[in-house]
Amino acid sequence: MCTYVTERAPVTGSAKGPQGWFRLSHATVYLDHPYFTALDHTLNIDLVDESAGPAARVAVELSPDSARALIACIETALARAEM
Amino acid sequence: MDVMMMAETLRIGGHGGDEIRAYLARPLGPGPYPGVVVIHHMPGWDEATKEITRRFAAHGHLAICPNLHDREAQGAGPDDAAAAVRARGGVPDERFLGDAAGAVRHLRSMPSSNGRVGVIGYCSGGRQAFLAACCLPIDAAVDCYGAFVASSPPPELPLKMEPVLALAKDMGCPLLGLFGAEDSHPAPEETAQIEAELARLGKTYEFHTYPGAGHGFFATDRPMYRPEAATDGWRRVLSFFGRHLAGDGGA
Repeated sequence: MCTYVTERAPVTGSAKGPQGWFRLSHATVYLDHPYFTALDHTLNIDLVDESAGPAARVAVELSPDSARALIACIETALARAEM
Repeated sequence: MDVMMMAETLRIGGHGGDEIRAYLARPLGPGPYPGVVVIHHMPGWDEATKEITRRFAAHGHLAICPNLHDREAQGAGPDDAAAAVRARGGVPDERFLGDAAGAVRHLRSMPSSNGRVGVIGYCSGGRQAFLAACCLPIDAAVDCYGAFVASSPPPELPLKMEPVLALAKDMGCPLLGLFGAEDSHPAPEETAQIEAELARLGKTYEFHTYPGAGHGFFATDRPMYRPEAATDGWRRVLSFFGRHLAGDGGA
């Protein structure tokens, strides 16, 4: 199905795209059909700088299990940094 | 089917006087040929939709696929443009209608046109094809699993789409609807609601729901592809356009 599920958050940081590094303004997260990955649905993350236009984007499409594994890695890394 | 054909990207007049890119595929003969406007899905003006456009040309249609994300695609790829449009809540209906009207005008202005034009859309384009059937002077429309025709998006989603079923009273052409029984956007309950309203209004329509198929069953490049449903669906689409888009001189 087309889930249309879309979450969005302002973020502070940078990403590296085809034109090099750029500052990020937002992250868009959605579970829907991928553009490239050969799966029915993927967890898609767009890291963008909205002020620089649509090409200022770093995109990933992850299987739901991979997305959960990534969340666990992030949480673990953040927790260890706080120790 | 043994037609010589060509395909090209050109610019057409769209909503608000904007020029937008469109992908045109057409037989090279003198015609007269019927026209088809192909409305792409949420992932954008992609290779798969252009392939569909060429298939209509191979079957004797002047086929055009306007890039509904063209304004967002300046210096960006179709996937980047689709992501930007999605984050903004989708293509506004008014803008879509202006762009689709431009595509219809372009087809009718072609010397090999028979003057008749249909619209077909997939996924979000299915809803837009329904909208076009209610708002534009076209001769046939095909809605392939368009969501939010009768229902509203959940409020927590950023989508700005409104249901368009209330416009069905103004539908001025026959409608073909192709859906998957395992789809949840639109679910069979929603397509049944749409069908009931079209019946109540005395509109000309055909709805088919394929068992074992979900959303996007036409998409050959995705695991959701269902060959049986897609093959039968293509047969129904070409038959439907053949009946409703044939001009005085035939196609």
